[in-house]
Amino acid sequence: MEHRIRVLVAKPGLDGHDRGAKIVARALRDAGMEVIYTGLHQTAEMIVESAIQEDVDVIGLSLLSGAHMTLFIDVADLLKKKKISDVIVIGGGIIPKKDVPKLKRAGISGVFGPGTPCEDIVDFIQKNVKR
Amino acid sequence: MNEISSKVLKGDSRSIARLITLSENNDPKAKMIMKDIHPYTGNAHVIGITGVMGSGKSTLISELSRAYREQGKTIGIIAIDPTSPFSGGALLGDRIRMMELTMDKGVFIRSLGTRGMLGGLASSVYDVVEIFDASGKDIIFVETVGVGQAEVDIIKIADTTLVIIVPGLGDSIQTLKAGIMEIADIYVVNKADRDGVEQTVAEVQSLVDIVCSDKERKTPIIQTISKESKGITELINEIEKHKNFLIETKELQKNRRVRYESELVEIIRKRLMNLIFDESKFKDKVELLINKISQKEIDPYSAADEIIGKILK
Repeated sequence: MEHRIRVLVAKPGLDGHDRGAKIVARALRDAGMEVIYTGLHQTAEMIVESAIQEDVDVIGLSLLSGAHMTLFIDVADLLKKKKISDVIVIGGGIIPKKDVPKLKRAGISGVFGPGTPCEDIVDFIQKNVKR
Repeated sequence: MNEISSKVLKGDSRSIARLITLSENNDPKAKMIMKDIHPYTGNAHVIGITGVMGSGKSTLISELSRAYREQGKTIGIIAIDPTSPFSGGALLGDRIRMMELTMDKGVFIRSLGTRGMLGGLASSVYDVVEIFDASGKDIIFVETVGVGQAEVDIIKIADTTLVIIVPGLGDSIQTLKAGIMEIADIYVVNKADRDGVEQTVAEVQSLVDIVCSDKERKTPIIQTISKESKGITELINEIEKHKNFLIETKELQKNRRVRYESELVEIIRKRLMNLIFDESKFKDKVELLINKISQKEIDPYSAADEIIGKILK
């Protein structure tokens, strides 16, 4: 019996820049994880519903538009509302340092800005998954 | 009955999703639940969709699902993509083309990595079909990985198999003759707005004329343009016709028997492989034998005899 870590990678909102998300998705795959890539323009409801059906351990959000304080937190709130406690949420993109503590308090357990080595994200996931 | 079992039978999404994970991970808990739900299976129509990479399988499933939802039918979709043989990871991207189905409560989509299984399927696919079936889904789509010539295992699991072809492959259809071109219950020529569609249809037709010359049912060829929703109604009519044909000719029971047979073979294969290569009792012995084979102290056949002899003891 072996549990393979499953990660949903999603781009919420209207931002259409997905190169970063695709590079991270590829790096997680190369680290032995199963990555479900859902593509652009996802709402928080779509992301959480996909996460339920795919039974993922991690939701990875990518956003470069500046709307992370709304959209990332919406996803974390919806998970809480649905009483889903074994999925961690991480986020990346153009995120000012001052926003990071607030995001963490809201339930985004890992925040990764530009220049983060992919290994850091892999490490974080491996250490923090809840199953 | 196990709590998850009864929730799965009621169609609870989170229980369905969790049970699929247990099955994929070969968790012993899955075995008990699969036992509970087996009596409640056999009602869903399983539609296999196969074709080369980029032929439009996911988009076609999305369109078919939308049409079936208008008839009030509920749907389970199994979307399979390859697992990397090096890292064991996988990039599962079929949901991208099915985005509009995400919020529909009557549709459940699950992406699977092949996890070492050849033939275009995933090793847990039989379980996932049973789980969707027991949870009350009317239609189950199984999308294979993008196939080449020999990935034909889909026929063991599907009631109706659609082979998707796109114009522009030209003469390569000739080379497909022996492989996936033999397994279709319905041919779909997708992206039929492309140049060369007449030639493609003619080539498939000439193949059908040869293969089906002595058969009661001639494999139909349907042209579709998924992104414009063209040909979808015609395709659904053909699927329904095939389903009725299966029932009238009692082929359906035969098909299902083939499915259970290959499921049984797959379960036994998994268990034996696990016994030989993962359990500590045999693992050291196996390692030792492999070393001996490399050093030409023993040949592979005699090594296999030794291992099988040990199991039978």
